[in-house]
Amino acid sequence: MFSKKNKQQTRRLSSGGLINRSKPIGFKFDGKPLMGYDGDTLASALLANNIKLVGRSFKYHRPRGIYTAGTEEPNALMALRTNARIEPNTRATNIELFDGLEAKSQNRWPNLFFDFMQINNLAGPLFTAGFYYKTFMGIPGWHFYEHFIRKAAGMGSTNLARDPDTYDKKNAFCDILIIGGGPTGLSAALTAGRSGARVLLIDSSKLLGGQLIWELDQIDGRPAFQWIESALEELKEMKNVTIAQRTTAFGYYDSNVVNAIESVSDHLPTPDPHSVRQRLWQIRAQKVIIATGATERPLVFSNNDRPGIMLASAARRYVNQFAVKPGNRVVIFANNDDGYKTAVNLAEKDIDVRAVVDSRTHVNQFWKTKLDKLGVELILGSAVINTHGHFGLTGIDIASLSSDQKSIGSQSSFMSADLLAISGGWSPNVHLYCHAGGRPQYEASIAAFIPGVRSQSEYPAGASNGAFSLIDCVTEGTNCGSQLATELGFSKTIFSIPKTDEPTVTPIKALWRIPGKGKKFVDIQDDVTESDIKLAHQEGYISVEHLKRYTTLGMGTDQGKTSNMNGHAIMAEERGEAIETVGTTMFRPPYIPIAMGPLAGRDIGQSYSAKRKSAIHNWHHENGAIFVDAGQWLRPQYYLRNGETNTTENMDVAITREVQGTRGNVGMVDVSTLGKIDIQGADSGEFLNRIYTNGWTKLAIGKARYGLMLREDGIVFDDGTTSRLSEHHYFMTTTTSNAASVLSHMEYCLQIHWPDLDVKISSVTEQWAAMAIAGPKSRDVLEKSIDEKNLSNEALPFMGVKQISIDGIPALIFRISFSGELAYEVNVPADYGEYVWRRIMKKGKTDNIIPYGTEAMAIMRIEKGHVAGGELDGRTTPDDLGLNKLISSKKEFIGRRLLNREGFIDPNRPKLVGLIPIDGKSRIRTGSILVKDPNASLPMPKLGHVSSGAYLSPTLKHPISLGLIKGGTDRIGETVWATSPLHGETNEVKIVDPVFYDKQGERLNG
Amino acid sequence: MIRIKCPYCGLRDHSEFNYIGDATKLRPVNPEVANDDEWFDYIYVRDNPRGVHQEYWQHITGCRSYVKVLRNTVTHEVLKTGLPSDDLLFSYEAEK
Repeated sequence: MFSKKNKQQTRRLSSGGLINRSKPIGFKFDGKPLMGYDGDTLASALLANNIKLVGRSFKYHRPRGIYTAGTEEPNALMALRTNARIEPNTRATNIELFDGLEAKSQNRWPNLFFDFMQINNLAGPLFTAGFYYKTFMGIPGWHFYEHFIRKAAGMGSTNLARDPDTYDKKNAFCDILIIGGGPTGLSAALTAGRSGARVLLIDSSKLLGGQLIWELDQIDGRPAFQWIESALEELKEMKNVTIAQRTTAFGYYDSNVVNAIESVSDHLPTPDPHSVRQRLWQIRAQKVIIATGATERPLVFSNNDRPGIMLASAARRYVNQFAVKPGNRVVIFANNDDGYKTAVNLAEKDIDVRAVVDSRTHVNQFWKTKLDKLGVELILGSAVINTHGHFGLTGIDIASLSSDQKSIGSQSSFMSADLLAISGGWSPNVHLYCHAGGRPQYEASIAAFIPGVRSQSEYPAGASNGAFSLIDCVTEGTNCGSQLATELGFSKTIFSIPKTDEPTVTPIKALWRIPGKGKKFVDIQDDVTESDIKLAHQEGYISVEHLKRYTTLGMGTDQGKTSNMNGHAIMAEERGEAIETVGTTMFRPPYIPIAMGPLAGRDIGQSYSAKRKSAIHNWHHENGAIFVDAGQWLRPQYYLRNGETNTTENMDVAITREVQGTRGNVGMVDVSTLGKIDIQGADSGEFLNRIYTNGWTKLAIGKARYGLMLREDGIVFDDGTTSRLSEHHYFMTTTTSNAASVLSHMEYCLQIHWPDLDVKISSVTEQWAAMAIAGPKSRDVLEKSIDEKNLSNEALPFMGVKQISIDGIPALIFRISFSGELAYEVNVPADYGEYVWRRIMKKGKTDNIIPYGTEAMAIMRIEKGHVAGGELDGRTTPDDLGLNKLISSKKEFIGRRLLNREGFIDPNRPKLVGLIPIDGKSRIRTGSILVKDPNASLPMPKLGHVSSGAYLSPTLKHPISLGLIKGGTDRIGETVWATSPLHGETNEVKIVDPVFYDKQGERLNG
Repeated sequence: MIRIKCPYCGLRDHSEFNYIGDATKLRPVNPEVANDDEWFDYIYVRDNPRGVHQEYWQHITGCRSYVKVLRNTVTHEVLKTGLPSDDLLFSYEAEK
């Protein structure tokens, strides 16, 4: 056996590259241990280890290799890491190599070399565009096939383990945001930064410089990296410039808001302690310079997808940045000058470059001379028409191309090669420009779409604007940075534009497809071929948006970065129309696939939504409270005593205990969650008069009144008690659930309808802790608890309000009752809430005071026939609820005008009644439908519904409900059926008065 | 994300605001006198224009002011903001 060491990194060049050879890194690919260097990507390390086959294709399971060296990679998708940290579909070209990295290839079973599903490749003609629609439409049993089809197609899979990492969000503000730190972005940052503008420069890579990092360009007579270094040195000195690396802008939204993902720890095995995995940046900028560069396109010819075929620029990048030799026998195929750059670059690194195949018929002397000197054959006016090899390229066929590029010569010649570097031209990265709202325009001179009209404050510059030469990039960047800073009012700076040394360019000649037999891949990630596009056109899909959806062109995780332009141009050729007429599909965010983690950030689990706890929460928690969510609030539902486990039976025991304890002696409930609004100003009474249905002008100081609020359309909105504390000072309470909307409604009325009223309002819900003490002994307990001992009917009559003190603490005491008992509501500043509650509990001990929760409270209100949430459901009028006595006829108020419309005075409207099961024990589900005859034919006529219910009234010893039924209280004594078809429940119920208990209200007086 | 300039607090994210609705409908000044059609129009009838729209947003997590916003419903561009009493459409057209 040969030693492992020799076997490894056979494709690594002996010198050069931006890798640290003194820092070797061990990693695993499909379980096989391998070595790379610090500075590698996973893709470059795989290539260094001569691993060409890295994946199987989406539909045909064809062997695939590394195709690019950047974000646009369609093939080399990996499942990265293991267990809970596993992340499918990551691009090997973007993964910085780290120690212990584990990557697995995808979409193959059982392994890459023997993939069971490659049979799909032979069955190829079956899997054309629209295969699934055509095959499965009309055949029953999709639910049966689906599982197998989804398993056979599709990308990587993940698991359901909880992500152990944390994610963060960051808000950023700047004058000028520069996206992309290549020559354009750096130039812009220099001039914008010198002017004093707040500049934020973000770049997706570890190293700034963009393409200059790995090109051999010269700036001002020095290697480009020296220019980058001095630019960075200057930028880092500027306090007004921030640079964010490993940060990728993925969406450009309204109001110049750009979102980006910072890969904080993706290059580490696990995040450092207290560090996050990724961070979402939400950037608000005044001006945005888009300097995102361009992406090279492949060429479309037969079998253009074999491992060993890659973009020409990628081949250069692997050689220069990573010191990796992507092939031993190289052929270049191009329709533009980029191929020559690669050929010369590789040949000068002593790589055997055999030929440049150029579809054009001429190229300038500069390249001819270079190739000649390096011994590279130049084949003009020709094309690669087919390739050979299975798990890796072994050779290619070359033939001459007719002048119209529509046919190929009958003679083809074979050339042995293990790397075919291809270039079909460059497409500016217009994605962010499109997100901002722009529509790109076709520019024939570069055979690509470029940004057109500006829709927000986005300024594409450099290659992303279609300016591909280095001198154009630095010029556009320099000017753009300076111009925008001046527009924003910053000082104009003097600058000079650096010099470059570039050969003149022979223009690209568009070549969208090469004639020939065999699969010609357009979208290599989604396995969309040239014949799929033809077929789609034949079947009538002529819009590029339809083409996309029918064939899945550009719908993979790469979003068609390398395929869209070719696909749309082929459609244009099929239609016989110009590319600008056919257009391009709309790019939408995100530019790169992003994880859900950073979008959620810290707002997960308990932090997903705020939990509101009353000031008395600790006491409830210590005393057996079982809590229930009431909106964001946590409220005690009932209290268990020592030894009681939380079962349905014990819940009934607790609720019964609380109701009977309150009605028999005294109980106390935390009502801090009720909305509280402080109202002050000379017109406060008039204001209340306009928003409540009943009269408020005559309310005396020290008195409270029950009030009903309507929506403008006459529907009941909210109810509550409001008290007059002094001449121009009122205190309103609202229901817990409507607290926020009532406040907004009142603000709307004051700011928009009646800005002339002298009224100021403020929410004081959280400033006051509130507790209701109810029951025949409530007065005794309170008199023991408060400083002023007189709460007699004369001192504090029903609906009276007093400002008192409790152990020196200022308090408001209201004599109001929701339970129907003699009752008080005590409000104290929230900080004293727990203290006062404890004091009253202590003072009431000898009177057997009992805390009660929302269940007991609800039962007692139903016993009294008070309406609440179930009845105030946004559909009921005051008359429906028997509240007509609260409608003043003497004044105007919100909602009055529409109360008398036809639908509201219909005698057949369902109205409030009480309901009791005939058998005295059946529990009637809230929401049950009330019908005359449960066996009537469908659709069954509906009489009404059950709006709220108590499964057990401890006072009456049987279940009770409230409901709304046609005819209302006129039907008292009748029986109807309450039915809940969803639960298969039907019970006969008797209609009774909605006030079940103490109709005369005598208990209010104690 | 839309950014809205509150007349009191300055430029803020739309997440600080609640969308309220059409700001062109005015409550009948004399509720008693207004006829059924006027009430019907005020309460129920809302245009859904393509383009410029005058609407209310409430700066709910800020100063709680109702802000009048002139917004392009196609591009989401906020063209102008002001107090509830301002006629933004008029001043916008005048400035154009």
